[in-house]
Amino acid sequence: MNLHAIKAIYIFEMSRFFRTLWQSIVSPVVSTSLYFVVFGAAIGSRIDQVEGVSYGAFIVPGLVMLSVMTQATTNASFGIYFPKFIGTIFEHLSAPVNFFEITLGYVGAAATKALFIGSVILMTAFLFVDIQILHPMAMVAFLVLTCTSFALLGFILGIWAGNFEQLQLVPLLVITPLVFLGGSFYSISMLPPVWQTITLFNPVVYLISGFRWAFFGTADVPVGLSLLAIAGFTLLCLGVIALIFRTGWRLRD
Amino acid sequence: MTDIVQVQDLRKSYDNGFEALAGVDLTIREGEIIALLGPNGAGKTTLISTICGITQPTSGTVTVGGHDILRDYRNARAMVGLVPQETHVESFEKVVKTVQFSRGLFGKPRDDARVEEVLRSLSLWEKRDNKLMQLSGGMKRRVLIAKALAHEPRVLFLDEPTAGVDVELRRDMWELVRGLKQQGVTIILTTHYIEEAEAMADRIGVINKGQILLVEEKDALMRRMGRKTIQIELADPVTEVPAALAHLPLSVDNGRLVYSYDSHSDKTGITGLLNEIRDAGLHMTDLQTRQSSLEEIFVSLVKEDA
Repeated sequence: MNLHAIKAIYIFEMSRFFRTLWQSIVSPVVSTSLYFVVFGAAIGSRIDQVEGVSYGAFIVPGLVMLSVMTQATTNASFGIYFPKFIGTIFEHLSAPVNFFEITLGYVGAAATKALFIGSVILMTAFLFVDIQILHPMAMVAFLVLTCTSFALLGFILGIWAGNFEQLQLVPLLVITPLVFLGGSFYSISMLPPVWQTITLFNPVVYLISGFRWAFFGTADVPVGLSLLAIAGFTLLCLGVIALIFRTGWRLRD
Repeated sequence: MTDIVQVQDLRKSYDNGFEALAGVDLTIREGEIIALLGPNGAGKTTLISTICGITQPTSGTVTVGGHDILRDYRNARAMVGLVPQETHVESFEKVVKTVQFSRGLFGKPRDDARVEEVLRSLSLWEKRDNKLMQLSGGMKRRVLIAKALAHEPRVLFLDEPTAGVDVELRRDMWELVRGLKQQGVTIILTTHYIEEAEAMADRIGVINKGQILLVEEKDALMRRMGRKTIQIELADPVTEVPAALAHLPLSVDNGRLVYSYDSHSDKTGITGLLNEIRDAGLHMTDLQTRQSSLEEIFVSLVKEDA
């Protein structure tokens, strides 16, 4: 195991994050605050409690998830796409590292950033609504797993992307809709029966449901299933990355 | 001298049928400077990229220090440093950080003293806190060399190190490469500049159309392929070869007679030539001999191959 390489990539990526720390924090905090103002205060006050929780509090897990998934994906995809784009990837390809070490460096850094931003958003939420976390350990675990798995997804995306447009397209056209339709802002039980079934094909449902369970103790799907889904997703991404590095797809000619 | 890099029947074909490497055999000796010469598209960069692990070979084997570059890539790659042709750099990063990064990536623990030494040897120490985007093209190239040297490689590949570099930096680069050789680093460089190969290399490899045409000691190559000429300055310049000397391999250049010969044959014919010139009643004022350059050798080799 080339630990020095993992560390080098991780530090390099994190230093990029710290260079633009304020931009990294300000934008999610502002957008989350806007969600709270609109959904929590303006509209939320007219919405009944959902599953015994005030609407403003109900949307907190979903909002955190929305940011964390988007951040993890974009950070990881940008992290690996950028050296490909400017050509410095030659160094990674010629270094005595294997795919797992490169992945660990990039995905670890991207997940750390997402985790950091998720925490900032959660703290912002505390300013607006009164929430308590029933299962803090499970909450952290879900958060970390989500950051990691979506950073893995972003990593694949970054290797696949041929230009900056494609890099932005997937978070915009895939992740955002899946998160919005995955019960971030509503409980699945509020949907008509047909849609309840269709929704279960959306992987994000399991993540948000599990995460919300950690907060309020209520879930749309069993918590075990949520954990299974996220573990399966993580393994799938890892498998795809292993395959990419074995074949050199879009990396080596 | 032991062999440090061994390339056997290395081939690289692309999906479109283009064969960039068509069975390359090459042995590089430890501690030497070998220059790979070849026209554009000859396969120089593909060869280097394949040895360094950036390009996947279609077939054939490569070992570095006895380690197979595919099966034992960790040990093989840890010995190798690569300075690519293009100056790809992380524009927003500081010089010292990017060099530290390279060292770590190649599996070496952080060593600020070593990084300082490398930066100083490349006159980059004063620029260590500059962002790469603030540097000139020549300076960026130095940074790339510093990155390649940060992990103390035994073998250094320099892909066109002086392309688009001013004369001063080119001289510096040559000085640096000689210094590395003295430390025992094996250096493989590709170049378009034949004077560069002539000035630095111990051995020369000529590559064309994905094949090595020859690898030879530079001096031996120059001796073997080198034609010599004698330029004879006359008291009364001539416009054509005098009739009395017409049977000799002479030509006229700027009023001078030019005699070309093979300096290694038993009979160069020089004595006879001088006698005949005297007998023809011509007065010589000056004599110059000239050896053909590597460039001329190279051009004739590649032409033969075409």
